[in-house]
Amino acid sequence: MLHINNIEVVYSDVIFVLRGVSLSVRDGQIVSMLGANGAGKSTTLKAISGLLRAQQGEVTRGSVEWHGERIDNKTPDEIVRMGIVQMLEGRPLFQHLTVEENLRAGALFRTTSEASLGRDLDEVYEYFPRLLEFRRRTAGYLSGGEQQMVVIGRALMAKPKLMLLDEPSLGLAPLLAQAIFQVIRRINAESGVSMLIVEQNAHVALATAAHAYVMESGRIVLNGPAEQLAQNADIKNFYLGLTQADERKSYRDAKHYKRRKRWLG
Amino acid sequence: MRLFSSGGALNTFLNWSLVPQQFVTGILNGGTIGLIALGIVLIYKSSEVFNFAHGHLVMFGAFLTWWFSGGAEAGGELFNLPLWAAVVAALVVSMGIGLLIERFALRPLTGQPLLAIMLMTLGMAQLIEGVTAILFGVQLKSNFPALFSPSDVLVIPFPGAFGNAIRLKYTLVATFIVALLAAALFIWFFNRTKTGLAMRATAESHEVARSVGINVSRVFGLSWGIAGCIATLGGVLLATLTGVSLNLSTVVLIAFPAILLGGLDSLGGALLGGFAVGLAQALVQASQRIEVRNATEIAPYILLLVVLLIRPEGLFGQKRIERV
Repeated sequence: MLHINNIEVVYSDVIFVLRGVSLSVRDGQIVSMLGANGAGKSTTLKAISGLLRAQQGEVTRGSVEWHGERIDNKTPDEIVRMGIVQMLEGRPLFQHLTVEENLRAGALFRTTSEASLGRDLDEVYEYFPRLLEFRRRTAGYLSGGEQQMVVIGRALMAKPKLMLLDEPSLGLAPLLAQAIFQVIRRINAESGVSMLIVEQNAHVALATAAHAYVMESGRIVLNGPAEQLAQNADIKNFYLGLTQADERKSYRDAKHYKRRKRWLG
Repeated sequence: MRLFSSGGALNTFLNWSLVPQQFVTGILNGGTIGLIALGIVLIYKSSEVFNFAHGHLVMFGAFLTWWFSGGAEAGGELFNLPLWAAVVAALVVSMGIGLLIERFALRPLTGQPLLAIMLMTLGMAQLIEGVTAILFGVQLKSNFPALFSPSDVLVIPFPGAFGNAIRLKYTLVATFIVALLAAALFIWFFNRTKTGLAMRATAESHEVARSVGINVSRVFGLSWGIAGCIATLGGVLLATLTGVSLNLSTVVLIAFPAILLGGLDSLGGALLGGFAVGLAQALVQASQRIEVRNATEIAPYILLLVVLLIRPEGLFGQKRIERV
């Protein structure tokens, strides 16, 4: 169980990014986070995975707990060892390495035999048969969808207990995004990995998650079970592009409305 | 020989009977240059830092070996190890120095602009030079332990060459073999082991490497440690050919074109670049004209200029992958 307790994050000692974020992910649960650009979603993920510090960011208040143990002062490699793996935004691969080398890199920190490593690779290829075909190819030349598969596969190689996904559908064709989310659901169902997913595509995010949080300017402004949020009038308006009457609203009205209304004033 | 005498204009330019000898000498010299270039490429690949102190690590490694082998004059020597043990001791110490440089000079600069880090390596170069001068003195040490006497010469019959044979000093052949073995071992390590994979992954992107649980600072430290070892080995090979002096550090001036020729981020390329530089330097020696023979120092750079005009990323450099 991951528990974030009222954290504040500051970059370079001056830029205040998170102003009191609390959330929790139960074991085996899929949780998603919605919010506009710059709301602090990626920063929240980096606060969990410890990648914040390499970017001059710091958790200045609050705590991040993983199964009761504080992890906000640990280094990224220690946190990966504890079973939390982040998939960064924008499908970052080791471009000049082959697909298989990319996957193997995900398991580098573990001390395992070559045989069990082979089994883990087979497992990834079973989720993504396309990668088996391309295993000797240079990863940088794969298509966007295939690169996303490599990123997810590489995270699986770490045998994680919690995966942090930062916009897995970014820049993918809708059908491909659907396929990626299908695999995400399958991984969750079959191996019980908990997931915290940051996603702009609210439809998919709410359909996949059990619980969802909405962030705005460094705060959580709304949270609840995903089906319930999908029915929320404001969510419908801002994220699903629908009015209460389920008819599309003109962009002009939406903008006007948005300017006036903030989530919690 | 008809083959060599029908050259026309080229014939007045090159002294063909010297070419076979110079060709082989050039390749053999290139091995050591390539090994030294490899150390710079290693650091560049893992941390994008161009290490200007590498030549000084080479020089310092040679001094260390000389010192461990009891080279310090009469009576005062602390050690008197056989050459192989002196080399091992120097390798261990230089690995430590590499680790120290990374830990105390470079790690505090993490997150600073690359230029600051490169200037730091320039500063390290000056520091190493000063420390060496204080510890070991500035004069040339000609008593570097030699495996072979200078008169041990391998003679390979080669009709048409000057004196109908190619003459190679045993020392030169030995340095070539050692350089090649070391380079092969290192390239194998880099491409085939888990640690090598961690280093290659870190070279690609520090942040992504961190996100998959690779301890990036440890990889940097390791790279510097290994670079220190490679530098020392290169220094030993150079010193067996020329003796030990502060000037050994200038070898980087011919390692730079080797690196750029091969492509900044290719280990194999650095090695082949070393051969190309060695060849270019040796072949101008076969010229009839004194002006060309005097151009030994700049020949590699002229070659570099031509190659970069045709292939800006070097012969084997990674092309930036751009998908549209």
